[in-house]
Amino acid sequence: MIRVILPVHLRTLAHVGAEVALDVPGQATPRAVLDALETRYPMLRGTIRDHVTQQRRPFLRFFACERDLSHEPVDAPLPDAVASGAEPLLILGAIAGG
Amino acid sequence: MSGIRVLVGTRKGAFVLTADGKRKQWDVSGPHFAGWEIYHMKGSPADPDRLYASQTSGWFGQVIQRSCDGGKTWETPGGGVTIEPGQMPKGESNKFVYDATPATGKPLTTHQWYDGTQHPWEFKRVWHLEPSLTDPDTVYAGVEDAGLFRTSDGGKTWQELAGLRGHGTGASWQPGAGGMCLHTILLDPSDPKRLFIAISAAGAFRTDDAGKTWRPINRGLRSQYIPDPNAEVGHCVHRIALHRSRPKVLFMQKHWDVMRSEDAGESWHEVSGNLPTDFGFVIDVHAHEPDTIYVVPIKSDSEHYPPEGKLRVYRSRTGGDEWEALTKGLPQRDCYVNVLRDAMAVDSLDSCGVYFGTTGGQVYMSADAGDSWSPIVRDLPAVLSVEVQTLR
Repeated sequence: MIRVILPVHLRTLAHVGAEVALDVPGQATPRAVLDALETRYPMLRGTIRDHVTQQRRPFLRFFACERDLSHEPVDAPLPDAVASGAEPLLILGAIAGG
Repeated sequence: MSGIRVLVGTRKGAFVLTADGKRKQWDVSGPHFAGWEIYHMKGSPADPDRLYASQTSGWFGQVIQRSCDGGKTWETPGGGVTIEPGQMPKGESNKFVYDATPATGKPLTTHQWYDGTQHPWEFKRVWHLEPSLTDPDTVYAGVEDAGLFRTSDGGKTWQELAGLRGHGTGASWQPGAGGMCLHTILLDPSDPKRLFIAISAAGAFRTDDAGKTWRPINRGLRSQYIPDPNAEVGHCVHRIALHRSRPKVLFMQKHWDVMRSEDAGESWHEVSGNLPTDFGFVIDVHAHEPDTIYVVPIKSDSEHYPPEGKLRVYRSRTGGDEWEALTKGLPQRDCYVNVLRDAMAVDSLDSCGVYFGTTGGQVYMSADAGDSWSPIVRDLPAVLSVEVQTLR
């Protein structure tokens, strides 16, 4: 199981807690995890990546194992610790306010 | 027993205010969708328990919410949790994609940017949702960058009426300071094929064939802030309104100027009359008196607050030109709020109720057509929109 931690507003939208666990078929990559997330929670489609371009929305970033994965290729393997479920994939929104 | 339901969209969530027909005691429900911008909520005239809401975020984009029980519970249409393994994801209710097929018109890929260069059309958010007068599952959505979408399956999927962007002037449309938004959608109750829409800063447009073809209806508008003050398009229309008994008569609050048309927008003439300033955003019509209209004058395009710090609704009982200030119950000193374009509405009880929300978080109501006012709530987040349902 892959563990994903969502921003607060997306937890509310998907009616889930802080962390969701997903079965991800094949190799664990950012694209595969987001595909599985959107399949399980269709209301999240378009909220993390654009409906058409599939690009990550600009105010969101991906982190895992204290690494910024936001600019990694979407088909690059996620760290082993994420693939094994030892560590979560964090989806974070840019800080609001000033 | 009649009742009133006021749907309030704010910068940080939605609120539903309800009262019985006396309009004295109000229940406040919310915030719904806390922390999200709710640009607009509106109920279906065909089924008052069917509500639609535009929920948006700079982080997470556009979400459409629907309620089938008058706002007690909400769902993302077609976007529920997928339970069965292998089931295809839906989630199309949030998907607004501009039509790029030549079969539906002449879809454009660019419009004019602030600096006059061409800029790609980019979907940002839904500003206004207008449910059909007869079918709870059919809703029109006005979006930024300006376009018109429609659902006929209760919000599960949305299709663009591409004839609007493709009718010929789209490449010259330009955003106003608030973005290039399609913010007003009026359905003609006497002709289901006729719709009026308005765009900042392009102007007003009309279709007479249910959205297939469109044309600008801006003759008579004069805007000193554009290169050709009498141009066919480019006017910053802030809001238009009509009375259902007389849908050819239109009223408009433009960036500057309050305007009136007698002929479904074929021509306009100014009715600003004795207003202290003719800048403003909202305009609305009394539920039972088609020549009684309301505006909230704002000082100027660079000072978005009431003149002299006095919050005054102005009412004309003559369809414009002659205006009276309505001040009883409204702050008459040190008031520097704005009233945005979708933030005024009326109920249809015998004594017409008028409602408006401010960027200071107040929602004011008058149960006597504007003669006196009182706040329903004072401390909401900045109000973006107010709609009213009269429940019988």
